[in-house]
Amino acid sequence: MTPTDIDKVFRDEAGRALATLIRLVGDFDLAEDALQDAFAVALERWSVCELPGNPRAWLVNVARNKAIDRVRRQAAFRGKQQALLHELELNAQAPAEPPAMLDDDMLRLIFTCCHPAFASEVQVALTLRTVCGLSTAQVARAFLVSEDAMGQRLVRAKQKIRLAGIPYEVPEPDALAPRLDGVLAVIYLVFTEGYVATSGADLMRPDLAAEAIRLARLLDRLMPDRAAIKGLLALMLLHDARRAGRETAAGDIVLLEEQDRSLWDRAQIEEGSRLVDDALRVPGRPQPYVVQAAIAALHARAPSYGQTDWPQIAGLYEVLVRINPSPVIELNHAAAISMVDGPARALDLVDATAARGGLDGYELLPAVRADLLRRLGRKQEARDAYAAATAATQLEPLRRLYARRVREMGD
Amino acid sequence: MQYLLMIYQNEAEYAKIDTGTSQKMSAEYEAFTQSIVRNGNFKAGDRLRPTTTATTVRVRDGKTLTTDGPFAETREQLGGYYLIEAKDLNAAIEIAARIPSARIGSIEVRPIWVYDK
Repeated sequence: MTPTDIDKVFRDEAGRALATLIRLVGDFDLAEDALQDAFAVALERWSVCELPGNPRAWLVNVARNKAIDRVRRQAAFRGKQQALLHELELNAQAPAEPPAMLDDDMLRLIFTCCHPAFASEVQVALTLRTVCGLSTAQVARAFLVSEDAMGQRLVRAKQKIRLAGIPYEVPEPDALAPRLDGVLAVIYLVFTEGYVATSGADLMRPDLAAEAIRLARLLDRLMPDRAAIKGLLALMLLHDARRAGRETAAGDIVLLEEQDRSLWDRAQIEEGSRLVDDALRVPGRPQPYVVQAAIAALHARAPSYGQTDWPQIAGLYEVLVRINPSPVIELNHAAAISMVDGPARALDLVDATAARGGLDGYELLPAVRADLLRRLGRKQEARDAYAAATAATQLEPLRRLYARRVREMGD
Repeated sequence: MQYLLMIYQNEAEYAKIDTGTSQKMSAEYEAFTQSIVRNGNFKAGDRLRPTTTATTVRVRDGKTLTTDGPFAETREQLGGYYLIEAKDLNAAIEIAARIPSARIGSIEVRPIWVYDK
């Protein structure tokens, strides 16, 4: 095997091997160092011999022995390390563990990285580093911070796991639902970070959208029949399927109504739609991700903007407003209503919501109003609203879009 | 592991609550304390007098300097603490969330630094 092949195997197996190692050696840093040692051995051995039948088990085994060596080498032997050493040597002789145990290891790692005792950006960084196996440099690029700063952040997080006693476990059933919501929020953050920033000039920036989809697929396999997981996976697949159509080569935003639908990834849209159907069949209360994915599926499968099933989309947004209200949902609901009952009705809805204070400080409010006013032919008010929208955003492509709208209205 | 649960709340507002609410709060604290004593989590715990009674001490160049009041002026003040024994951070958070003041103030959970012998 070439070093590149070996690197690929390692990248595929590293996350799960690490998850098991952390449980076996009881320490993040020791597990990471030992796995790095095992990788060095693999590079040497696999380039001359064949790949072992189960590379992950091989890596875990070699790394475990490396961990034993590392603990032994430490000059000052203390009671605790003696006990650890004893335990490690004992379980090194134990027969191979059942696959279910190894699946649980991966879940343990995911839930630990997404523990609510960490700030959400720390949860994302830890997950990308340990679960996805990105390098510290790659995670740093994803956050647009220096490698040193990211290294520090990760060291502090791993220290907190050890010193504050964050357990390496899957939450008990009664605590599972809120903790799973937290994990899904992290995955969605990874995705939106990648989705928004793909236009960035940094080609070395990792493909975060793809990482998020990979994570959600993994979670769906480890915890089957959970509507929220299927819904999130579907939502991301459906958004990502439209990636090629939503931006010009020059980095300008192409609005949904103007996108070339032949650029959309049909296979991915089909997969996303099937997942929405699966998620809707799981009994229980409607899950926000599933409803959002159902809306995305209606958009993705519509032959054109005009032939989109707007009444059903408006109905689904009504469900979302009820189960998961937020300014962005309210505005999207109004936008859908504008396609069913016309822009005048939608403008009433937006202004009524704004009057209740439901949209305070929400930067897309003037943009949505501007669009509705433009469609109503109220040019002067529309111009004022576009000016307000331009002042409210930092994003250059959005500013260019608003300027274009004002030009198109003429005098 | 051992954790210190530090109870922060706005003293000025807490001083304004009526007798009935205050008695109810005391009863809730009593019940909470009893429950963690029964479960073996309780190591120590006390309520503190308000920060108006605080004195802050520093030694600089061998000289003891004292100032009237707490170390830092903040919106919420340290009003009491529990020292507990808990299996892990999840268990400590679960106990912290049952402290009656968690509903009006904040509980800071800090692991105790244990020195290797």
